[in-house]
Amino acid sequence: MPVNKEFVKFDKVDKSYDGKVLVVKDLQLDIAEGEFITMLGPSGSGKTTCLMMLAGFETPTNGEIYLDGNAISSIPPHKRGIGMVFQNYALFPHMTVYENLAFPLRVRKIPKDEADKKIDKALSMVSLQGFAQRMPGQLSGGQQQRVAVARSLVFDPQLVLMDEPLGALDKNLRESMQYEIKHIHESIGVTVVYVTHDQSEALTMSNRIAVFNDGKVQQLSSPDELYEKPVNSFVAEFIGENNTFAGEVSDISGGKCKVKLASADILANPISVKGKGERTTVSLRPERALINPSDKMDNIHKGKIEEVIYHGDHTRVRINLLGNSEFILKVPNSSSNLDIKLGNEIKIGWNSEDARALDPK
Amino acid sequence: MSSETKQILTTDGIPLEVSLKKAEKKNKIKAFLLVAPLLLFIIITYVFPIGDMLMRSVDDKMVTEMLPKTFKSMEKWDGQELPPEEVFEAFYFDFQKLIEEEREGKLSTQLNYTKNGFKSIIKKLRRKSKSFEEGNYKEQIMSVHRRWADVEYWRAIKRRAPAYTYQKYLKGIDMYENEKGDIINVPEDRRVHRILWMRTLEIAFFVTVFCFLMAYPIAHLLATLPMKYSNLLMICVLLPFWTSLLVRTASWMILLQQQGIVNDFFVMIGLVSDDNRLEMMFNKTGSYVAMTQILLPFMVLPLYSVMKTISPSLMRAGKSLGGTPFVAFWKVYFPLTIPGIGAGCLLVFILAIGYYITPALVGGASGTLISNQIAFHMKSTLDWSFASAMGLMLLSGVLVIYWLYNKLVGIDNIKLG
Repeated sequence: MPVNKEFVKFDKVDKSYDGKVLVVKDLQLDIAEGEFITMLGPSGSGKTTCLMMLAGFETPTNGEIYLDGNAISSIPPHKRGIGMVFQNYALFPHMTVYENLAFPLRVRKIPKDEADKKIDKALSMVSLQGFAQRMPGQLSGGQQQRVAVARSLVFDPQLVLMDEPLGALDKNLRESMQYEIKHIHESIGVTVVYVTHDQSEALTMSNRIAVFNDGKVQQLSSPDELYEKPVNSFVAEFIGENNTFAGEVSDISGGKCKVKLASADILANPISVKGKGERTTVSLRPERALINPSDKMDNIHKGKIEEVIYHGDHTRVRINLLGNSEFILKVPNSSSNLDIKLGNEIKIGWNSEDARALDPK
Repeated sequence: MSSETKQILTTDGIPLEVSLKKAEKKNKIKAFLLVAPLLLFIIITYVFPIGDMLMRSVDDKMVTEMLPKTFKSMEKWDGQELPPEEVFEAFYFDFQKLIEEEREGKLSTQLNYTKNGFKSIIKKLRRKSKSFEEGNYKEQIMSVHRRWADVEYWRAIKRRAPAYTYQKYLKGIDMYENEKGDIINVPEDRRVHRILWMRTLEIAFFVTVFCFLMAYPIAHLLATLPMKYSNLLMICVLLPFWTSLLVRTASWMILLQQQGIVNDFFVMIGLVSDDNRLEMMFNKTGSYVAMTQILLPFMVLPLYSVMKTISPSLMRAGKSLGGTPFVAFWKVYFPLTIPGIGAGCLLVFILAIGYYITPALVGGASGTLISNQIAFHMKSTLDWSFASAMGLMLLSGVLVIYWLYNKLVGIDNIKLG
């Protein structure tokens, strides 16, 4: 059976709350059936608005959203059949776990024995058997979260929306819940649209990530591509750590470009620069730069160590390099790197391929 | 570990419990001192008056003390026929003493409460008794007025013998104890109090219902609107609190009277004809309208404070799970507002049941409540013990409602703010 590549389709969607500012601008986004897609972005970037439009709690100002080929803008939320997990779980506090899960089944008039089976199945999926008669207030945050997930899935929706569902949990619980949600997704093959501002959450869970900023999707790609090959300086900055150099392209040839900085020239990989004289921001991941590099690397420069922060398995070193005093290096904690001392001058090298010349900030 | 638990000592060797108590004692004293002024105030201005009211409503010592000899001699009298000579004699001496102290007027008032007709015959007895001769007082007293020869009046005197009585309470529900000691209803045409009690309950109930129906949407709006609008609306809700009750009631009189603004408006839009203006004041309608308006904030505020805590995502969750807006409201939102509904209804009902000024001004004859009757007895008939009895009946009625509410909803579920 061919997978529906356009299971959810945002078609030129605009959204404005006050008629002056567009929170979502010309959104074009296709979500395939069975996909786990994450909308990632800083707060105010429009990601939650997109989710609310999909759920039906907000209407697009312009454009149309299609679900499985049908325009849904005129369908009220309760007829869309989309499961949703809310930021603060939104469990009904006056109902037991069982009643919470039974709610979507009851309104669909599903017979009780069948409903009971579905509820059992949903509870076992989140390993909460035996909690059916508890009130939500008697559960821990993590358990409430699981109930919310179970409730969003119990009526077998084809699409589940999750709005920062792990935001209120502590770090350890959040990580284990990430895997749990991912496993549930893999086992039942439901399409998930997940909203978060936590990039590590997005990277671990998703098939694809849509990075939102300023009401627009900046980049839509798989997690590794997003990290390795950011297409603009916002994405490079937002995902993971990033060292930047601002400069001007002085030469471009053979898949490389020369960028003129204040004190020196560096070689970089031209991604969004086209010709000489353009302003650019060169982005380099900290782990791609090495200390005491081999001579094969085409960028080797000297810098002065300004700060050394011990992190256990690695050491973060802040270096003043080529006029950038915020240059970060991650040095593995091995005995060969003992000459890292405050104030020392060290050589740092990287391949021009890893230094991506992006749009200027 | 050994079976007996070891006493834990502090580093100074004092048992931990003793040390803890000592440490907490200071806090307890501090807490008590903080509430002491209010406690004192409440005891003086609330507990004592209520206690005094309770006593007054059952206290019947006045007559007992005025006629000590009479009641003593009456102990043996069975009340079937006219009392023997010794009772008349004792009554005469008691009465003479009262005349000396100029208290016979009070006696006549008191006895008149028990049976109509005492006032005139006591006045007459006072005049005539100056010329009484010694001995055979029965004959002499009976000759003053034929009512003195009526056994009913002597039975009425005897009924006032006990120092405590529940007669006032019976009177409050239109019953009385007859000569034989049976408790019976007063004749139907004289049952005023039961009508008042029922009307009080009815008006309080409907005012509560109207307040609820009007306050629920407002409170919901207040809780969901953005801050800048909700603040303004809140001021509108609270505005009545800043205006004197009397002023508000008076303005309702201006609005509701037959030549008032509301009637003018109805005439203008052709709802009623000019010569057939609605009577909206000095009847129940007046009480309903004015009391609902005045008590509305007491319903809005508890509802608002509860609704404010209900996350809007709950309704959304209800809808996203497939519930129609109505189902989501009825199954999710409404049950969560019950503590606020309970608090608001209880508050409004209890306030309405004892409402006084508004029904007195706009209620007219058919819109007055039990509190107006209490005030009437306090100010006009000066039958304070009856007023106290009715006040206490009202108070216990409120307590019963409170108890019922606790049984049905649970007082812990209440949320006032």
